[in-house]
Amino acid sequence: MEITVKLNGRSVSALIEPDLLLIDFLRAQGCLSVKRGCETANCGLCTVLMDDVPVLSCSVLAARAHGHSITTLEGLQTEAADFVGFIADQGAEQCGFCNPGFVMNTIALLRENPDPTDDEIRAYLAGNLCRCSGYEGQLRGIRNYLNSRKG
Amino acid sequence: MITIQNYVRAQSLQEAWELNQNKRSRIIGGMLWLKMGKTAVHTAIDLGDLGLNTIEETEEAFSIGCSVTLRQLELHEGLNTYFGGAIAAAVRDIVGVQFRNLATVGGSIFGRFGFSDVLTVFLAADSYVELYQGGIVALEEFVKMKKDRDVLVRVIVKKRGGRFAYHAMRNARTDFPVLTCAVGCVEGTYRAVIGARPARARVLYDEKNLLAGIITADSAAAFAEYVAKKMPTGSNHRGSAAYRTHLVRVLTERAVREMGGC
Repeated sequence: MEITVKLNGRSVSALIEPDLLLIDFLRAQGCLSVKRGCETANCGLCTVLMDDVPVLSCSVLAARAHGHSITTLEGLQTEAADFVGFIADQGAEQCGFCNPGFVMNTIALLRENPDPTDDEIRAYLAGNLCRCSGYEGQLRGIRNYLNSRKG
Repeated sequence: MITIQNYVRAQSLQEAWELNQNKRSRIIGGMLWLKMGKTAVHTAIDLGDLGLNTIEETEEAFSIGCSVTLRQLELHEGLNTYFGGAIAAAVRDIVGVQFRNLATVGGSIFGRFGFSDVLTVFLAADSYVELYQGGIVALEEFVKMKKDRDVLVRVIVKKRGGRFAYHAMRNARTDFPVLTCAVGCVEGTYRAVIGARPARARVLYDEKNLLAGIITADSAAAFAEYVAKKMPTGSNHRGSAAYRTHLVRVLTERAVREMGGC
């Protein structure tokens, strides 16, 4: 079957199998930021925005994305650049594998709630697992970024 | 890993129902649980074009389309006002925001999963399911029915002066629950709903009127004791039956006290 997806602002058409998952479609399109960290829809590494809503691309059929807009980290470099430095400054991440999913969901959080409390950050990012850290560094990074915006 | 031979976006409920009569067809909800299995699906039926992704509120009821996501439930002001925040409390620790943006109320309720927070909280209210062929069935009856090949269209909650509270025990924040507990008071009748026993949720009414009058710490404890005695629990890798029964008592007491404000 053929699908057409607006991928990072660009219209992309492809012939796909009915059971192709969105994560595999996106990686085949060169969006290698989209990672598979688990097989159980738990880790959040494959997070992308579907019509601006964060979803797990490992659990969406590519067929379901037909006619929709999909945004990956490749399409959000400028928005991500605003705050990733603050997380890096904390030395929060070690292997970095969880980073793209974490950044995508942080972007979704800040679009939905531009001034979240620490508890709201923890709640929104609870579905993003990091096996290197204890999440405190990431939280400090986001908090420093938010404080810097308040000037 | 699930395999799918054909993918169809149904254009009517009749088409979805007809396709679903084949034993190898599956209606795709959020696909989160379905994806975990090794099912060889002949036709995957997507209900996404049927406009069933909204929550409608009238003075008498909420009508929740089967494709409404758990995140929509969590954020819906009217629903959470009626439930006193119990709906949001029930879903907010289900994996993560990205998961809840996909998981649907129809998938959660139709599956009648033992672990379901969603099933537990809706059973606390005067709730119904609308089935395409089976019509409107009380959720309490639906939960006891065997799975068939009907199509769940909507979940309906009648507004009947309810008060509710929800508590669950999880070993880690976003894990499956070890036990779920919802309490409800609908037009003066109290009930406790216990799920993840680990079997599917079951309702127990306050037949002894232990909560009659104003709820106190003593009456909450007495009702919790009653529920713990009457509610069957079992063991699995998440907890023993004895531990679950202990949780039934503790969570019921906490939920009743929260609902009663004492």
